Amino acid sequence: MSNIAVTDTAMPSTAAKPFLTRLGAGFVNRLVIIVPYLWLLFFFLIPFVIVFKISLSQTAIAMPPYTPVLDFKGGVSGFFAGFRNLNFDNYVWLTQDALYFKAYVTSVIIAAISTLLTLIVGYPIAYGMSRAPATIRPTLLMLVILPFWTSFLIRVYAWIGILKPEGLLNQLLLSLHIINQPLVILNTYTAIFIGIVYSYLPFMVLPLYSSLEKMDYSLIEAAKDLGCPPTSAFWKITFPLSVPGVIAGCLLVFIPAVGEFVIPDLLGGSSTLMIGKTLWNEFFANRDWPVSSAVAVILLLLLTVPIMLFQQAQAKAQEQDK
Amino acid sequence: MKSLGSIRRDFAPWNDPNAKPYIQFENVTKKFGDFTAVNNLSLTIFEREFFALLGASGCGKSTLLRMLAGFEEPTAGRILLDGQDLRGIPPYRRPVNMMFQSYALFPHMTVEKNIAFGLKQEGMPGPDIEKRVAEMLKLVKLEQFAKRKPHQLSGGQRQRVALARSVAKRPKVLLLDEPLGALDKKLREETQFELMDLQQNLGLTFVVVTHDQEEAMTMADRIAIIDKGEVMQVATPAEVYEAPASRFVAHFVGNVNMFEGKVAERSANTTRITGPSGAQIVVENGGGAAAANADIVFAIRPEKIKVSSKKPADAVNALEGEVYDVAYLGDMTVYHIRLDDGQIIRASALNAARVTEDPLTWNDRAWVSFRPDAGVVLAR
Repeated sequence: MSNIAVTDTAMPSTAAKPFLTRLGAGFVNRLVIIVPYLWLLFFFLIPFVIVFKISLSQTAIAMPPYTPVLDFKGGVSGFFAGFRNLNFDNYVWLTQDALYFKAYVTSVIIAAISTLLTLIVGYPIAYGMSRAPATIRPTLLMLVILPFWTSFLIRVYAWIGILKPEGLLNQLLLSLHIINQPLVILNTYTAIFIGIVYSYLPFMVLPLYSSLEKMDYSLIEAAKDLGCPPTSAFWKITFPLSVPGVIAGCLLVFIPAVGEFVIPDLLGGSSTLMIGKTLWNEFFANRDWPVSSAVAVILLLLLTVPIMLFQQAQAKAQEQDK
Repeated sequence: MKSLGSIRRDFAPWNDPNAKPYIQFENVTKKFGDFTAVNNLSLTIFEREFFALLGASGCGKSTLLRMLAGFEEPTAGRILLDGQDLRGIPPYRRPVNMMFQSYALFPHMTVEKNIAFGLKQEGMPGPDIEKRVAEMLKLVKLEQFAKRKPHQLSGGQRQRVALARSVAKRPKVLLLDEPLGALDKKLREETQFELMDLQQNLGLTFVVVTHDQEEAMTMADRIAIIDKGEVMQVATPAEVYEAPASRFVAHFVGNVNMFEGKVAERSANTTRITGPSGAQIVVENGGGAAAANADIVFAIRPEKIKVSSKKPADAVNALEGEVYDVAYLGDMTVYHIRLDDGQIIRASALNAARVTEDPLTWNDRAWVSFRPDAGVVLAR
């Protein structure tokens, strides 16, 4: 009986709902999804296709500095005729010159070491923040973000002043008689590590903080109660539960660090070899757009494929957990 | 072997002057900044006792439990367990385990691993751990859920995992912080009896913190009523209910009517009390002896008051009034009677018969009557 009564009253209300309103709601819903995808299409996918196309072209002394240039002057058939001149020569070239391979490998290694260092520095900061009294947490959070208010370039330049032989660090160490002669840090890989750790620290701290902050402290108490000393409780409870934050932070540091150009250029000097610098040289020193485009495409693949595989594995693990 | 019932029947170490105390709070004070959570409190708990700390939220009962577990240290005083002073012993070295209010199950571990966690810390060999975990799973009837993670369980199942994990190490004392607080009413009532049987079967000492008086009354051997960090009364559930030590306890546990008045006349066994309106009642003295003319209150429970439409012929104490409110609860009916002097009396009557011949209803004239020994005399 009561069921009938419910449907009786519900029926007219749905029927009375204006058709346009329902259409409108669906349209707004779709628009919300469409807009970001359009954004990605115009500002990521299309530029990428253009870069990929350039990587298949040949260098030329012209404007722009490569052939063939695709245009519609020769009609549709002329446009497609241009495709026949595209080939993978530039990619073959990348495998022939050991410079590129070495640059990729060094970049990945430097990025990996820097990511690890950032994690080691960032974890205690994030942990301390998450255990700080709730009243001062917003302040601590703001202090982490504060460096972003100054230009990235200026901050990296400032490090030159600190690290150079007659810089602040060496002056301090000399005046304290810890060292007798200035340390050579600038223009070495150490300087690159310092630069990357410093610049990317917030990207590590923020996701770590968010995963540590929502952790229930009674879990640690429960572990202690069951006979687990504090250090062991950290490795058995706190760290495993913060793994999503660790992964997010590491990806946020590792990905941009691999292609980093400014830091190795300013702090690493001329002898350091990283793929971002190689890319820049190809573009601006050699004006070889096709080869540098090929370098960029390979770099992108190098970074996205492992991440995609990783995400797939994670999704599968989550599926099994349900 | 003695049945559980006969063990419970004879269990009363608190009446035995030679019984050795197991847990002792000796003049314990705990301050958080300016706030005194526990104030110079002393308490004795015996081995195998099911002891309840009952109080409103913020009364300091959880702090007592956390001090016993080792998460807080007393500001002053000391806590002894089996004769050993617990000061300075970190929580991971104390032979007590705690079941947390939030359960605090490790979300990244299966039910099995959660239960095994404490045993692994102890360094128990693998096969023994497996055996103990299987035993615990059977005890809480969760055998088929061993491989599940906590988020895949219902609230009641999680509660049982938390219980299994906390008793797996066979602690000397199990501390339970609002153990049934997150369960719905029906499940809570069932679990109360399960917990009692478990405590008896394992022969452990349980200290439970609760704000639910019914829970404390059902499960505990003795109850400590805590208010503002001080013990108001420690007694068996029946004593707490029938012979509350103070107005606070009488009010806190169950419903109560209070007749305020002055001692008009005292004989060897009875006291005549005159109320503000001049109405007089005669009550038995009980334990508390009050001087003549002293201000006192007579506290009486609703079910000990009889309601009738005519004045009962043989009643010593009978007061007239009007039915102000009636609440029919099925098993019983609760009446609010407004006496002629304005005081509202709460009385409850068991609905023993299906149909009452003389049902009282709103605005009816009614008489409330009670025996002289139906309540207790307390200081004002």
